[in-house]
Amino acid sequence: MQEIRRKYVVPGDRIIDGNFRPLFNVIKAGNSIIATRVGIAEAGREGVKVIPLSGIYIPRVNDVVIGKITDHSSLSWEVDINSCFSAHLPAQDVFGRDFSPARDDMGSQLIIGDLITTRIIAFDRSRDPMLTIQDKDLGKVPRGEFIKISATRVPRLIGKRGSMIQTIEQSTRTRILIGQNGIIVVTGRDSDGIKLAVKAIRLVEEEAHTANLTQRVKSLLGVPDPSRQEPSSIPKPQNVQKNDELQSSIQEVEEELEEEVEEGEKT
Amino acid sequence: MTQTRNLIDENGKRTDGRTADELREIRITAGVVKNADGSAFIEFGMNKIVVAVYGPREVHPKHMALPDRCVLRCRYHMSPFSTDSRKNPAPSRREVEISKVMREALEPTLMLEDYPRAAIDVYVEVLQADGGSRCAGITAASVALADAGISMRDIVSACAAGKVDDKIVLDINDTEDKEGGADMPLAYMPHLEQVTLLQLDGILTGEEFNKCMDKAVKGCMMVYEVQRQALMQKYFGNESELREEQ
Repeated sequence: MQEIRRKYVVPGDRIIDGNFRPLFNVIKAGNSIIATRVGIAEAGREGVKVIPLSGIYIPRVNDVVIGKITDHSSLSWEVDINSCFSAHLPAQDVFGRDFSPARDDMGSQLIIGDLITTRIIAFDRSRDPMLTIQDKDLGKVPRGEFIKISATRVPRLIGKRGSMIQTIEQSTRTRILIGQNGIIVVTGRDSDGIKLAVKAIRLVEEEAHTANLTQRVKSLLGVPDPSRQEPSSIPKPQNVQKNDELQSSIQEVEEELEEEVEEGEKT
Repeated sequence: MTQTRNLIDENGKRTDGRTADELREIRITAGVVKNADGSAFIEFGMNKIVVAVYGPREVHPKHMALPDRCVLRCRYHMSPFSTDSRKNPAPSRREVEISKVMREALEPTLMLEDYPRAAIDVYVEVLQADGGSRCAGITAASVALADAGISMRDIVSACAAGKVDDKIVLDINDTEDKEGGADMPLAYMPHLEQVTLLQLDGILTGEEFNKCMDKAVKGCMMVYEVQRQALMQKYFGNESELREEQ
């Protein structure tokens, strides 16, 4: 079967002809599959899709997102999740099933302006998203550097099995919380590390669609090349000088990694 | 629309030196307004227009929201300094009409049912006006919508054709619009081959109308190439040649 990998498309472009299954960001018009967004088209046995390069966040059930409390009623908090729909966090989720608006003070748990890591438990065309914080690693975000990126860049920032984000975390000694909605919180003891992590995240955001991104992130962070085994040539992480020979060997390894990341985006 | 002077000379050249089938110079840049979700700047001859798209976002006032699809709101506005004599910045009758036809020209291409209970706002600000600002506005708005990542069936390209000195010519400029015989703006979806806007100011015979229509469609195809190039340039830069591995 005919396959297409990495074809750059704009809305209206014909991706492929034939009996393919439209997955997302494509429509079927007659015998052709047409792109509906600017992005990178991929066609294969499982179907045809376009990985978009721009656009706002549209909630999906089970997404972990970072939101900001904007308001509360007597029964729920209203949360801004960087989308066109404002989400609701029911007070029962926080206080338990015996929550009583008369007895329990909602302000004691979460106040307006608080940042929370949360999961979307329900959302469809007719209802606003419903959230929960009753799970491991969910709840209030106490501190950190707040960054907003386009939600379309999040899979690239994570990389295959978290490879990109792990690289950034390890080399900057920070902890990075990523919401699927493009909101990121960076925490760490060292302010220089946080600054560097923010810089790396911004680099990923700006150049998400380009090849050899992992290599550029690593050189920004000063990560040594693992394929080079000579201990004397491994410099300190903060200050790396790479010669041309080393650069080319990095490039070869990175191209392989790059393929893996794209695989990660697919899944 | 009474003609007072010759607008096409003996060599077949028009007032600005173009031939009958020539477009004015078009330049489009995508992503010029950083605060917006999508934006574009177009120079279409002497027209300079900036378009900003916001959304899909929450609808305010809430009662305007539709339960099954997104609301598209368009605002065409001419800056006070866009014309020779100062233009009153209050929305004129003409601007209200153009906002409406622009919305109707863009609506068929957008998959509004993908974003229920939301709104998309399109702001079209004319910084310098020449003839054909509605076509240039639609062209730029279409690029800005694609830049905003909104699902679209196709890109809308727009271009006018008309009658000058009893000849059918492409892309009417300001002088030809005011002194010529007829002006026919057309918005067109090049892949779907569908017309989304067709207006006609002036009188054409059936035969002239068909000629005008064909010419405008050809013009739209040329405009489309510039639009596509602008989007490719923003997102893929120098890599914009298609890399297709089979």
